[in-house]
Amino acid sequence: MVDTVASARGVTKRFAKPATTALDAVDIDIVAGRMTGLVGPDGAGKTTLIRLLAGLLDPDEGEVEALGRPATATDRSLIGYMPQRFGLYEDLSVIENLSLYADLRGLAADERDARFARLLDFTDLDRFRTRLAGKLSGGMKQKLGLACALVRTPRLLLLDEPGVGVDPVSRRELWAMVRELSSEGIGVLWSTAYLDEAEKCDSVFLLNEGRLIHAGPPGALTETMAGRTFRLFGADEDRRARLERLLDRDDVTDGTIQGASLRLVVKPGAPPPEVPGLTTEPATPRFEDAFVDRLGGGPGGTSRLAESYRPIPPGDAPAIEAVGLTKRFGDFTAASDIHFSIPRGQIFGLLGPNGAGKSTTFKMLCGLLTPSAGNGRVAGHDLRTARADARQSLGYMAQKFSLYGDLSVRQNLDFFSGVYGLTGAARREAIERSIDIFHLADYVNSNSGGMPLGFKQRLALACAVMHQPPVLFLDEPTSGVDPIVRREFWTHINGLVERGVTVLVTTHFMDEAEYCDRIALIYRAEEIAVGTPDELKAQAGLDDPTLEDAFIALIEASDRAREAA
Amino acid sequence: MIDPVVRGRLWAIIVKEIWAVLRDPRSRIILIVPPFLQLIVFGFATTLEVKNIDIALYDRDGGVWAREFSQRLAGSPNVRRIIPVRSPAELRDAIDNRQVIAAIGIDQRFSADIAAGRPATVQAILDGRRSNAAQIVAGYLGRITVDMGASVRPQLKAPGGSIVTHWYNPNLDYLWFTMPALVVIVSTVTALGVTAQSVARERELGTFDQLMVSPLRVHEILIGKMVPPLLIGLFNATLYTILIPTVFGVPLTGSVPLFYVALLFYMLALIGLGMLISCLSQTQQQAFLGMFLLTVPAILLSGYASPVDNMPNWLQWVAEFNPPKHFLIVSEGTFLKAMPPGDILANTWPLMAIAAATLTAAALLFRSRME
Amino acid sequence: MDGFNRQRFAAMLVKETLQIVRDPSTFLIAFLLPLLLLFLFGYGVSLDVTRVKIGLVVEDRSAPALSLATSFRQSRWFEPHEAHSVADVKPALVSGAVRGIVVIPQDFGRKMASGRGAAIQIITDGSLPNTANFVAAYAEGVRASWEEGQLRERGHATDPPIQIATRFWFNPELASRFFLVPGAIAIVMTMIGTLLTALVIAREWERGTMEAIMATPIGMGEFLATKVIPYFLLGLGSMTVCTLIAIFAFGVPFRGSPLALLIIASAFLVPALGQGLLISAATKNQFVASQVALLTAFLPAMLLSGFLFEIPSMPTPVQALTYIVPARYLIPPLQTVFVAGDLWGLFLPDILIMLGFGAVFFALAFRATRRRIA
Repeated sequence: MVDTVASARGVTKRFAKPATTALDAVDIDIVAGRMTGLVGPDGAGKTTLIRLLAGLLDPDEGEVEALGRPATATDRSLIGYMPQRFGLYEDLSVIENLSLYADLRGLAADERDARFARLLDFTDLDRFRTRLAGKLSGGMKQKLGLACALVRTPRLLLLDEPGVGVDPVSRRELWAMVRELSSEGIGVLWSTAYLDEAEKCDSVFLLNEGRLIHAGPPGALTETMAGRTFRLFGADEDRRARLERLLDRDDVTDGTIQGASLRLVVKPGAPPPEVPGLTTEPATPRFEDAFVDRLGGGPGGTSRLAESYRPIPPGDAPAIEAVGLTKRFGDFTAASDIHFSIPRGQIFGLLGPNGAGKSTTFKMLCGLLTPSAGNGRVAGHDLRTARADARQSLGYMAQKFSLYGDLSVRQNLDFFSGVYGLTGAARREAIERSIDIFHLADYVNSNSGGMPLGFKQRLALACAVMHQPPVLFLDEPTSGVDPIVRREFWTHINGLVERGVTVLVTTHFMDEAEYCDRIALIYRAEEIAVGTPDELKAQAGLDDPTLEDAFIALIEASDRAREAA
Repeated sequence: MIDPVVRGRLWAIIVKEIWAVLRDPRSRIILIVPPFLQLIVFGFATTLEVKNIDIALYDRDGGVWAREFSQRLAGSPNVRRIIPVRSPAELRDAIDNRQVIAAIGIDQRFSADIAAGRPATVQAILDGRRSNAAQIVAGYLGRITVDMGASVRPQLKAPGGSIVTHWYNPNLDYLWFTMPALVVIVSTVTALGVTAQSVARERELGTFDQLMVSPLRVHEILIGKMVPPLLIGLFNATLYTILIPTVFGVPLTGSVPLFYVALLFYMLALIGLGMLISCLSQTQQQAFLGMFLLTVPAILLSGYASPVDNMPNWLQWVAEFNPPKHFLIVSEGTFLKAMPPGDILANTWPLMAIAAATLTAAALLFRSRME
Repeated sequence: MDGFNRQRFAAMLVKETLQIVRDPSTFLIAFLLPLLLLFLFGYGVSLDVTRVKIGLVVEDRSAPALSLATSFRQSRWFEPHEAHSVADVKPALVSGAVRGIVVIPQDFGRKMASGRGAAIQIITDGSLPNTANFVAAYAEGVRASWEEGQLRERGHATDPPIQIATRFWFNPELASRFFLVPGAIAIVMTMIGTLLTALVIAREWERGTMEAIMATPIGMGEFLATKVIPYFLLGLGSMTVCTLIAIFAFGVPFRGSPLALLIIASAFLVPALGQGLLISAATKNQFVASQVALLTAFLPAMLLSGFLFEIPSMPTPVQALTYIVPARYLIPPLQTVFVAGDLWGLFLPDILIMLGFGAVFFALAFRATRRRIA
């Protein structure tokens, strides 16, 4: 017997400003005891659908039911809802936030202690009971938001992108927590941009431009890709250039780098791609392959950005260097003795759980924080003595959108080109080129803050590279962005690296970490591992692990070492 | 000659700052509508004159002189209504319930006394809750009494007298005082408001880091942030400098170029203060409240709400550090008094000093608050 | 929507109180601003003219002229600076160093002697109309009483035919503090009631907590009530502190009863809070909410309530506008309860009108706060 806890039938929702149809005749069912995934590119209507189910919007057409009654008039104490922005009171402590939501949902006093203990243990927030929510890291906020949504066991749990900006460890924990709840009979709707999560759901709804384009178990969609996915080994040093050429081929619809190997998706019915010098092996299809395929395949392999980029002259010195970088805030050490050196023309990844110190390291290197000890060099400029010169030679893309949202796209481009010293015809050309390459023409005169996330991120990258710096700092550049745009970003990054640009990147997407030449894993302010993706996988001591498995294994090993010490 | 790259950087940030203030239709409205409302409301409502007063009259005499007094009272241009009362209790009620600001009591012998050539007395009771207005009304009543006395016995008219001339504002039109003051108030509120938001806004929206990793130097950022409030302040001041003589008929007697010199330094002093608040604030809300907490005393101690001369000495000394205090003198002086360069300068150099001190402090604070 | 629930209600009250306690801006508005305003209105803003600096030009060396000059020097109203000519002292008038010039003309003594009556010349700085009026009136007063003294000496004195006996009720010394300080309390309550409340709900929208709260069973009526109650108490608390300061630090009398003050203040907080809720529900944005609160609550309370400026003296359209300013109905009872006493005949109509405004604002705020995102 199927127990549907919430459903939408033929739901259409239109917005007046800007005039759009956010949802167009969408049907969805959320079944008790199952994980229901909601996926789709940015602006597909995921958040609108969740808000309708939570009874926070009125549909223009169709019906939305939750727990057997219209969603706007249902018993809200049995619905757990976690909005994208968590809904936490930043000036209340962890325990105060929990108590508030417990009372609002009518949790009985005698259940409270046990429930709180379980949730705090679950979320590993017990240590931070009295810390203000505003002082928690992104991942901890996410967990607290979830704990608040779960504080009284709901029958329906609605989660709007709970994985955005959260590290793999926390994300895996979050998933396990929710999975356990669903096995207790809760109906869960999990909206996500991480397709590996979607793959693990019992059923998946795929939205695109307000329309439902797939509904059913994820396996059903993945199966359609059988026989079309391959891995190519042996590319090593020139894997980026090879991927670029392969992606431009007609029979290849999608491709990514996986450590030293390449992973390709070919057209239906096409033979396995044969490349001289590389060995081709069939690979298991993934949900992401199907997703990208359904949305029309990935972008081509040639980056027009890279084509117009100046070649960065080779040099002997490393492009970026960290020598014992340490940052202390009071008696709290945020980053301790970080060492690495990145040669010109490489991608270096900084990975680590939220709050581990990678942002601090990142900020020291781009001159936003002064190191308490140690030093660094960017493009040969000393961070302590030549900050301004260092700043001129780097491009920076911040974690969250941090351009001027109330200025137009063109005004943002004007500003950043001027600030980075472009003048006259060069400046005009750079602006026009950016608008063209990043498909910004439709938005040139509208406020950049109102664009879909993917365009915001494109604009941010455009602003960061306009002055063609030799070094790029990208802090979670693709956080919350759908896989298609992420492919496009990595095409650009790969292309730039081929021109000699050096990239320092942080990310929570492990498939993106695979693109890096080398990775430093930062945990509890310390650098616990450095190496190529394949080296890290080997270091983890597991049998053919994913990078995510390796990441988690290394962190657990570090925890064990700490406890032993 | 400035390096073209530096010039380009400066130009870029200036343009960006101007857009940041003017692009949002909401902030455009906020920069235009409130100043305009202030012009109307301040201009007409904020008068310390006392007009249209109601007076209770308790006439126990009823004779011809009492009626004469009542008519003179009613004939005063400042009196709106005479409300007759018939008992002391009614009189008390009329004052207590603020129906009238003053009550006149005429006793039974009033007409008889005058007819007999004896000194006669009227009682005036005033509502001390509104002490300022009451005082002014007492002056009106005194004058009516003296005038009537003179007409009762013209031969007793006092031989001397005073020839009063009000310089700069012959009819003591209150509007002539308010309008030049408005230039000061309006430019204070808008300039402080815009500057206070500037840095705090970047911090709150997360663009601050983006700015800090760019090659912009601290002084370039600050210069960029100074331009919009400066332009808006100058725009408002210019608008009012044109409107005040043409629409409101207040004379503009002094030197306009000198006025602008003082205005420029006044703006810089305000911008320095606003920038200090902005650098100290983490959020726009804090900046707004900080701005508010600064603007209220700045205006109350400027000499606009009440003359600086009336304040205790130590507070007058404090007012020396208040930019609007100095610029109010310049503005009133330029409009009404044809103030000579020496006096303008005497009130401009404190503004220069305040601007230099606050802008330096803001730059230091900005630098130290980078992390 | 959902019925009232004590657990939810108490939880929201606790949350709101914690936020008040932890938010520095609440502290600024509820405690620093009142102190600042009381201080400024207690010391800074004074409409009581003290000694005015004037220029004194004595062109005549005759005995009566010198005697009159001495009267000016001894006057408690003036601080004369002597000069040889009007031209000498004019720059001081322009710069504001003196606020008026009194000229005792050349022929003053001769005219006095001839008994034809001699006039003095009074020049004022018209750029400050109030001070100018004061200078004109009081300089003439000095002259008149000097003249009377002269006549009396010579036995010519006669009492004026009609005298006026003036009494100022409630405030015989006419200290402007007595009406400014209660007025400042009205401003403080406006700020807490309207500005702070407007900011708090707008903040919930901005930070995204509104979305989470709306998804819980709490009713919107409950939600509004939990916003109002803490700020109501904060407003009364701040009012109490202000009252104590007014009485003990500024010597403002308190002739009414604390109960009356409490009722009046409570009645005013109803429309003030209602207006704040309405603003925030309608704007959902802290910046806009603060600007709207400033324009529709603070400025009217300051300018159109009759606190600083007499309402009857305003032009008719502006007067009409004052009728929709709730603070207009607060100022008279507030000033009365301080300096006059409990005059319920005056209080009750004003209290009823304030409550009426409150009812309207709350009804509108309730309608504007719907449980919907868009």
